[in-house]
Amino acid sequence: MTRDAIKDLILEIIEDIDEDADFDTLQADKPLRDQLDLDSMDFLDIVMELRKRHKLQIPEEDYPELATLDSCVNYLEPLLADA
Amino acid sequence: MPVSFSQAADKYDVIVIGSGLGGLTSANRLVYCGYSVLLLEYHSQLGGLATWFKRKGHIFDVSLHGFPYGMVKTCKKYWNKEIMNSIVQLKDIIFDNPQFHLKTTFDRVDFTDKLNKQFKISQSTIDAFFTRVAGMNFYDDQSMTTRELFEDFFPGRSDVHRLLMEPISYANGSTLDDPAITYGIVFSNFMNKGVFTFEGGTDKLIGMMTTELENNGVTICTNAKVDRIVVDKGVVRGIECQGRMIEAGAVVSNSGITNTIHNLTDQDAFSSEFMEKSNKIRVNNSSCQVYMGVKKEDKIDDIGDLLFTSTTPEFDSTELRDFKTGSKTFSVYYPKTRPGHDRYTIVASMNSNYSDWDNFTEEEYKKEKEALIQRTLVDLNRYFPNAQERMDWIEAATPRTFNRYTLHTRGTSFGTKFEGLDISRSIFKEVNGLFHVGSVGIIMSGWLGAINYGVIVSNDVDAYMRSRD
Repeated sequence: MTRDAIKDLILEIIEDIDEDADFDTLQADKPLRDQLDLDSMDFLDIVMELRKRHKLQIPEEDYPELATLDSCVNYLEPLLADA
Repeated sequence: MPVSFSQAADKYDVIVIGSGLGGLTSANRLVYCGYSVLLLEYHSQLGGLATWFKRKGHIFDVSLHGFPYGMVKTCKKYWNKEIMNSIVQLKDIIFDNPQFHLKTTFDRVDFTDKLNKQFKISQSTIDAFFTRVAGMNFYDDQSMTTRELFEDFFPGRSDVHRLLMEPISYANGSTLDDPAITYGIVFSNFMNKGVFTFEGGTDKLIGMMTTELENNGVTICTNAKVDRIVVDKGVVRGIECQGRMIEAGAVVSNSGITNTIHNLTDQDAFSSEFMEKSNKIRVNNSSCQVYMGVKKEDKIDDIGDLLFTSTTPEFDSTELRDFKTGSKTFSVYYPKTRPGHDRYTIVASMNSNYSDWDNFTEEEYKKEKEALIQRTLVDLNRYFPNAQERMDWIEAATPRTFNRYTLHTRGTSFGTKFEGLDISRSIFKEVNGLFHVGSVGIIMSGWLGAINYGVIVSNDVDAYMRSRD
């Protein structure tokens, strides 16, 4: 999966969680939590969705890697290389 | 409609024991993840403590009272929009005690205003307090108690401590001596954006959840008391119920954590270290309630939705649980609670110790229940005069009642103290495939806590199930 495809995947999952999420002003290097009003339950949803769609097992200690859009892509790129 | 246990198949991917809000939510999440799910409930009605009962034309809600705004998002994400759309705000929350009287919408703006104008606390202290509690996480240091936290910000102000603590004590049984983080997490959720309720009542909510589960393919059986969780060589194999074994890859127990360990699972399944840790779990206190239904021709004028009342001079966590406590909440249900239903009911709730009620003979028990009703009516008369003669149904519940319907250890109505959370979350590492969901650790308590914890545990279950593939 390309970096852009991973980015789209994350945004698509977030949109499922919150259809009102506004991506227009989203800064990829800033925490998603602050910009989109996401809470810890929303991040858990992202983890579950990634497992469901791509059989990815993300251990709890790696959750901080999902903080920004950029860090998500960096973390997921090697894991989704064959996807 | 739930089916009889005889109709259950011999094997499921996941079995959920117990249908409290945590169990119901786990079942719904796991069926969403693609597993076949069997939900077993010992009682004839689903919902656990999220329950109701009917008497003489009245419907009494046991634990509806009011929940935080977070329920809106949680119901939308983990249940459906129809359920979310039935959530409405309760706007008149009353405090009445010897230290202060006030009416609040129970949100940050109004609390800030009251603390500033009525209690004369500086804006900067209030802001600093809200910021401090909002930044608390469950994995933070837990050595500070709530009492110390209050003394830090509002030294010697027992009136402010009362305002901040009383509602939380009723919501989850916590005291001033519990870890400050448990207070901070719950307070930030609760006393921030107002108090909400479910229009249509508990019966409607549980009915809608049941329909959703059935539409999603969960097999639900009531009157099905699980006798044993079957463990073999450190791995869960299924459950035994009514002399039948049903196989499963994972079992989620929504029975109390102490029941799960001591009553449902073979003690040999656990290591001595784990047993030693789990023996230290303290269960929270239980409750007493008095349910009162107003005569058909009478009504309740607007006296508020939720009343935190006390005749005790100062807030005291021990007094709150005292057998003859002068502190109680009144949840007032107007016809707006159930559109189309025109009756008025009041549910009085008190925190209570199981040990105070455990040893009575049947005769003493009956007498003490009547005395509890009389004490409650005296207090209620301040807000609803001549209460007794205006009711056509009055009934009391005690810690023994809670124990009978939920089977919870010592009738706990708020799960366990903080240490229960770690045991609950790590039990599947001790016995592969055995999970627990339910009120634990104070923070995973109440309707919102129970539902969210159901989601958290489902994530663990899903990870476990997929790791076996």
